[in-house]
Amino acid sequence: MSKRDPDLLLQSAPLLKQGLSVPTAMRDVLLALMPALFAGFWFFGLSAILVVAATILGAMATEWLFTPKQERAVALGDGSALLTGLLLGMTLPPALPLWMAWLGGVVAIGLGKTIWGGLGNNLFNPAIVGRAFLLGTFPIAMTTWHVAAGPDSFFQLHPSTLALPFMQSPPMDGMSAATPLGLMKFEQIDSPIFSLMFGNSSGSLGETSGVLLMVGGLYLLLRRALEWRIPLAIFISAGLFTLLLETIDPARFPGIHFTIFSGGMMLGAIYMATDPVTSPVTPKGAWIFGCGIGVLVVLIRNFGGLPEGILYAILLMNAATPLINRYTQPRVFGRSRS
Amino acid sequence: MSAEQKKSGTPQPTIEYRKILSDGLWGNNAGLVQLLGLCPLLAVTTTTINGLGLGLATTLTLIISNLMVSSIRNIITKEIRIPVFVLIIACTVTGIELAMNAWFHELFLVLGIFIPLIVTNCAIIGRAESFASRNSLLPSLVDAIGMGIGFTLILMFLGGIRELFGFGTLFAQSDLMFGQAAEWMTITLVEDYRGFLLAILPPGAFIGLGLIIAAKNRIDQRVGTVLIGAEEEPATATQTA
Repeated sequence: MSKRDPDLLLQSAPLLKQGLSVPTAMRDVLLALMPALFAGFWFFGLSAILVVAATILGAMATEWLFTPKQERAVALGDGSALLTGLLLGMTLPPALPLWMAWLGGVVAIGLGKTIWGGLGNNLFNPAIVGRAFLLGTFPIAMTTWHVAAGPDSFFQLHPSTLALPFMQSPPMDGMSAATPLGLMKFEQIDSPIFSLMFGNSSGSLGETSGVLLMVGGLYLLLRRALEWRIPLAIFISAGLFTLLLETIDPARFPGIHFTIFSGGMMLGAIYMATDPVTSPVTPKGAWIFGCGIGVLVVLIRNFGGLPEGILYAILLMNAATPLINRYTQPRVFGRSRS
Repeated sequence: MSAEQKKSGTPQPTIEYRKILSDGLWGNNAGLVQLLGLCPLLAVTTTTINGLGLGLATTLTLIISNLMVSSIRNIITKEIRIPVFVLIIACTVTGIELAMNAWFHELFLVLGIFIPLIVTNCAIIGRAESFASRNSLLPSLVDAIGMGIGFTLILMFLGGIRELFGFGTLFAQSDLMFGQAAEWMTITLVEDYRGFLLAILPPGAFIGLGLIIAAKNRIDQRVGTVLIGAEEEPATATQTA
C-alpha cells in the first residue's frame, strides 16, 4: 500500500485506511482459488467445469432474483455470489448431475445468505450451507466419486452429469473410486502423500490439490486478505489431536500428513473457515474458533459416521461465533476488568 | 382477550363463536402463531396421513380435556388447577392411546412415541388454562374444535409438502387409517421418484415450517392492508344492532 502525498486533503479520522473493499477482497480470494480450480479441471475434465458453472449460475441467479432492482448491479458486481458458487462447486464430486449442482447454488444463496438479510448478516457460510443441503438431500450422488482421470479423457462426460431432474440416475460407469478418506475410514488403507498433495486422487473437484490451495493461501497472506490465525489454529489443533491418537493406536488412526492433506481440510481451513462474515472478529476469538474446528474435524473423521467432517465442524463453529465474539470482546481502555 | 371483553358487554353469541373458530383455524393457530406442540408438528409430519392421524388424536384430546376442564372450572381452586389439568389430559391421552392401539394399530406403530407425548403438547394445556378454565361448556367445545382442526390442517399441510418433495406421493399409506378400501387415495405424482431426502429428514420439517409461517405472515400483511377498514365495520354494526 503506497502512501500518496496529500497536497491538501482535509478529512476526519481515521486518516490511514486500508483500501480493502468487498469487491477487492472477493477478487483476491477468486484469484487465489484459480490454481486449485484449474488443477481440478485438469484432473476431472469437462464434467467438473460444467458442475462449477452450474453452481455459479444457480448462486448468481438467486442473488439476482432476491435483490431489489436498483441494488442488483452492486450485489452481483461485488463477486460474493460468484465466490459462493465457485467455493460450493469446488466441494462437489465432479460427476454430480448438473441440476443438483445448480440447486445447490440456489440453496447456498437463498437459504445461506438472502434469508438472513444478505451479505454480512448470515450466520453460516453460504457455500457450506449449500453443500450440507446437497449432502442431506442427495446422499448417493454426493458420495459417488470418480478417479482423477487426467487430461486423456478430458472431453468424456460422465453419464450422470446430464441426468434429468428427479429421475433415476443412469447406471454408474466403471470409473468410480473411493476417496482417500473413504479408504482410510472403511478399509484402513493409507494413500500416498504425493497424490494427496497434488490432487490426482479421487475426491471433490477442487479439494484434492492441497499444495495449490496452499499456494493460493500464501497469496492471500501476502495480500493481507487472510485471517492467518484461523487456518494455523486448525492445522495445529488437528495435528496435535491426530498425533495424540496416533501414539495411542497407530494401526487405527491416520498420521498428521493424512489429516492435513486429505479431504476438504485445505479448502475448508483456508477459504471457508476464514470467511470474515462467519468467523470471530477478535484475534483471541480466531484462535478459539480455529482450535474448535480442528478438534471437531478429527473427532468426526475418527469417531463419527462420516468419512469427512470439515463441513459440519465449520458449521458448528459458525454457530458458536456470536458467542465467541461476545466472550472475547476486548476490554475498553480505562475500564476495570469486571 | 377480545372475547372476554365482548362477553362482559352485550353478549353476541354468534359473532363470538365465529371469532373463536377463526382464531383456532387461522388468527391464533396453534402451529403457526402460538408455535405450540412443535415437537409432534416437526417430528411426525413425514407424510400427510401421519399428520392427519396425529392431528385427529390431538383434536380428540383437546375436545375431551376442554370439556372436562370447563365443566369443573368452578369447583377446582386456583392453586391446584395445573395438576388437575395435567391429570385430566394424561387420562384422556391414555384412553386415546389404547383406543388407537386397538383400532388403528398400524398407524399407532408409525406414530409411536408421539401418541403418548400428546400429554406434553403445550397446545392442549394452553387451551385448558387460557380458555376452558374461564369459559362455559359450549365456547370451550368450539375452541377445542377450532384449535384442533387448525393444528390438524397444519400437520397435514406440512406433511403433504414433505411427502410431495420427499417421496413424490400424496396420501400414501391411507390404508393405515381408513382400511384397505382407501388405497385409491394415494396419488403418485412421479414414478420411481429420486427426490429430496432432506424433506423427510428433520431439517426439512424446520425449513418447511419456517416457509409456511413466512407465507402466513405475508398473507396476513397483504390482507391486513386491504381489510383494515372492512374489519372494523362489522364490529360497529353488531354493536348498534
